[in-house]
Amino acid sequence: MTKPNVSGVVSSNVKLKLTVIFAIIVGVYIYTSWATDSTPIDIIRGWGGFQRILTDLFPPNWNYIPQVWEKLLETIQMAIIATTFAAIVSIPIFLLSASNLFPSSWIYQPVRFIMNVLRTIPDILLAIIFVGIFGVGVFPGIIALFIFSLGLLAKLMYETIEAIDMNPLDAIRASGGNTFQVIWFAVMPQVLPQFVSFSLYVFEVNVRASTVLGFVGAGGIGLLLQQQINRFAYPRVMTIIIVIFIAVVVIDFISNKIRERIV
Amino acid sequence: MELVMPPKKKRSVYKLIRNIIIALVIIAIYIWTFVTIDIRWDRVFSEHTINSISRVIPQLFSPDWGAFQKVMGLMWETLLMAYTGTLMAAILAIPFGFFAASNMVRSKLLNGLSKGVLNGIRAFPELVLALMFVAAVGPRPFAGVLAIAIGSIGMLGKLYSEVIESIDMNVVEALQANGANKLQVLFYGVIPQIIPEFLSYAIYRFEIDVRASTILGIIGAGGIGTLITISIANRKWDEVGMILLVIIVVVTIIDYTSARIRKRIV
Repeated sequence: MTKPNVSGVVSSNVKLKLTVIFAIIVGVYIYTSWATDSTPIDIIRGWGGFQRILTDLFPPNWNYIPQVWEKLLETIQMAIIATTFAAIVSIPIFLLSASNLFPSSWIYQPVRFIMNVLRTIPDILLAIIFVGIFGVGVFPGIIALFIFSLGLLAKLMYETIEAIDMNPLDAIRASGGNTFQVIWFAVMPQVLPQFVSFSLYVFEVNVRASTVLGFVGAGGIGLLLQQQINRFAYPRVMTIIIVIFIAVVVIDFISNKIRERIV
Repeated sequence: MELVMPPKKKRSVYKLIRNIIIALVIIAIYIWTFVTIDIRWDRVFSEHTINSISRVIPQLFSPDWGAFQKVMGLMWETLLMAYTGTLMAAILAIPFGFFAASNMVRSKLLNGLSKGVLNGIRAFPELVLALMFVAAVGPRPFAGVLAIAIGSIGMLGKLYSEVIESIDMNVVEALQANGANKLQVLFYGVIPQIIPEFLSYAIYRFEIDVRASTILGIIGAGGIGTLITISIANRKWDEVGMILLVIIVVVTIIDYTSARIRKRIV
């Protein structure tokens, strides 16, 4: 009787490939961690620093809360304004970038391209540029958030539109509806829940982003954080961090509950 | 001919009142926002703004190619930081992922604890973490790497736990029925099922971390952001234009490559 030629569940070829891939990953890590001075040895060496910061941060200075609260509200307002305008302005953009509504690639490709480029620019970098133009204040921060959300929302929405049921569109077209009627009666009802849900998601992202815009002078709670760090007032820093943390968690929670109900 | 119309929806009073209350709350939020927001319109639309627009915008769109090498060098450092941080997070997130997965660790307490830690981490903006690490270890790339590593654990751990919870448990049960011990179950039943997804998510997170680490330098945590602050302080907007161009191109290339790799893996 000949022995059946049973190979393992994972062929040796795949094993070799995996081994090579992991060797490369580890090799690159050794180089990058060395080049950025971030090897595990550095972590052990930096341990004293971590301990010092942790002991400096506690206990938080609760008397500082009223000032923090004021800036927190400003931060949330910035996110509300930016998200609202981004949601409104994104409507024509995502309609134009959906390939099933405007099949000519001359329309949707350039729009998508611009939106893709916008999304690659970090929002805080946009904020720096707008602070350079408009001066310090909340306005440049709002504009930066607005532009970043526009790219994000447009992408999420055109992907949703491309997945909708095309039959209602054909039906309305067949009974003589024009483009506007097709969009209003066939597209919008199908994507409205997602639109609201994504807008809320973008709002969450914006709240998180606007907490740090103050680092570059674009308004919000980040300004306080930067100031107190520079003064080494760590108990106050901890208060700000706790307030940011609670605000983000609460807003995410509420927004998630609403989104669950909608979709 | 009698037309048969679709049945009309019932409108309950309760729903009507609820909707009115929701509408009022939304309107109130908007009024509060727009009334109390402190926008200095006089400063926004001042002569200063017009001057800066005519100075900044043209310079932004005519990047300074003389700075190309310097910018590329720092972008390279940014990529190294992102890679180191992501890999650290990809490994550190594994235990969190397992502890949060209810089919691996059958303890509500450990599941909840682990999920709580992961959610907590995700609530922190990376820049705030970076600020703390700069204070702890000084303004150098190491601070940025740590911020990325810690910040990425939150998302990766959550995604990992979802992957683990969705594996085919029949394989695991078959191994157990054949008398495999825990370690054997892990190596032959669980790990082969999760490796592709784990890798794919780690690569996806690398994309995000590249984007994140471009700005860490603003607060002194290394990478290309360091140069941004310097160029702005010197009002060299053509240099900022060059930095923007490099960031856009590099990030796009990385997103594209990473999407292709991820498609092949999963």
